[in-house]
Amino acid sequence: MSLYEAVRDAIRAEEEVVMATLVELTDPAEWEIPPAGGEVLPRVGAKIVVRPGQLPLGTTGDADLDRVIARDAWAALESGLTGTRHYGRHGQANQREVVVFVEAFAPPPLMVIFGAVDFTAALARVAKILGYRVVVCDARPVFATPARFPEADEVVVSWPDRYLDTIAGQLGPRDAVCVLTHDPKFDIPAIVAALRTRVGYLGAMGSRRTHAERTARLLEAGVVESDLVRVMGPIGLDIGARTPEETAISICAEIIALRVGGPGPAGVTSLRDSRGPIHQDAVALSGPD
Amino acid sequence: MKEVLGDIERWRRAGRRVALARVVDVIGSGPRDPGATMAVNEDGEVAGSVSGGCVEGAVLTEALGVLEAGEPRLCTFGYSDEEAFSVGLTCGGTIRVFVEPLDW
Repeated sequence: MSLYEAVRDAIRAEEEVVMATLVELTDPAEWEIPPAGGEVLPRVGAKIVVRPGQLPLGTTGDADLDRVIARDAWAALESGLTGTRHYGRHGQANQREVVVFVEAFAPPPLMVIFGAVDFTAALARVAKILGYRVVVCDARPVFATPARFPEADEVVVSWPDRYLDTIAGQLGPRDAVCVLTHDPKFDIPAIVAALRTRVGYLGAMGSRRTHAERTARLLEAGVVESDLVRVMGPIGLDIGARTPEETAISICAEIIALRVGGPGPAGVTSLRDSRGPIHQDAVALSGPD
Repeated sequence: MKEVLGDIERWRRAGRRVALARVVDVIGSGPRDPGATMAVNEDGEVAGSVSGGCVEGAVLTEALGVLEAGEPRLCTFGYSDEEAFSVGLTCGGTIRVFVEPLDW
């Protein structure tokens, strides 16, 4: 199997894989220790492919450099960050002899939507555009059917808290939980269970009055104030959304805004009225691409 | 990368040689993040993109050159140095694009 095929297969299977490519040799005349005559230099285009639980594939031609690149590729798997690093030709830190592009391919982030309602169908559609794997969950088998949510990757008939407990370990900062049931008997257990995970975004639908009541019930259920701030409710950015589709855009826009530190204190601003760079780097992790 | 795999596979099945161009560095304001990928086959067909449409034409030319020569290239596209770079990004940033034959 070629390196390309290994990367291709991992991406298609939605498994983690990192590909590191040596993209540049800087000018040897500027190196601290110039290459000796006959010294074989690492080759531009050389690759190391790293997958969890398997030996690294590929070589730059220098075993020490290979080892350092593979180590940093592991770190990139954790952080999901893609970018260039500089090394000496034997992998030394603080030298700029070789430039290596480390590209982490992470599985798509997960969005779990609770409540098999019209808003859910629209949210599933928009979330798919953003690259999420989408799971719809509702305890009522009549409503939670794949036919009603063709865009969802999975439709689960279960109580929200029970389902969340089965996937709690998988949820991380890139993932989202959207509670659209606005029925306390589903909402409260779902939010309480979601707060026990590391999920990056947790939103709950409902009017301001519904949300105030929900907040009171969450406090009664033992949720502490410092956890309550994680709950985005009423869900979504204040863009005047009305229809399920517009609401879905407002929810996804909020997820994007929070990834870069949140909307400003004055609420949503237009680019015309704001300052600073249009493209912002994510604070935590890069989003789906 | 993921979004161009389908085209790459189709081209490989048809026996076409393929070049990959990937954004490796973005300095200043850039339209696409590192990892943005454009694939080109030897007939000049294109999948994916590396910018907002500003430099794709130049990357296509580089990719065909890379397939011809069989050697990878690191190309810089930016606004900052008009003498050196005929193709710029309207957003004012600089991107470095690694173009290589898919022979690995």
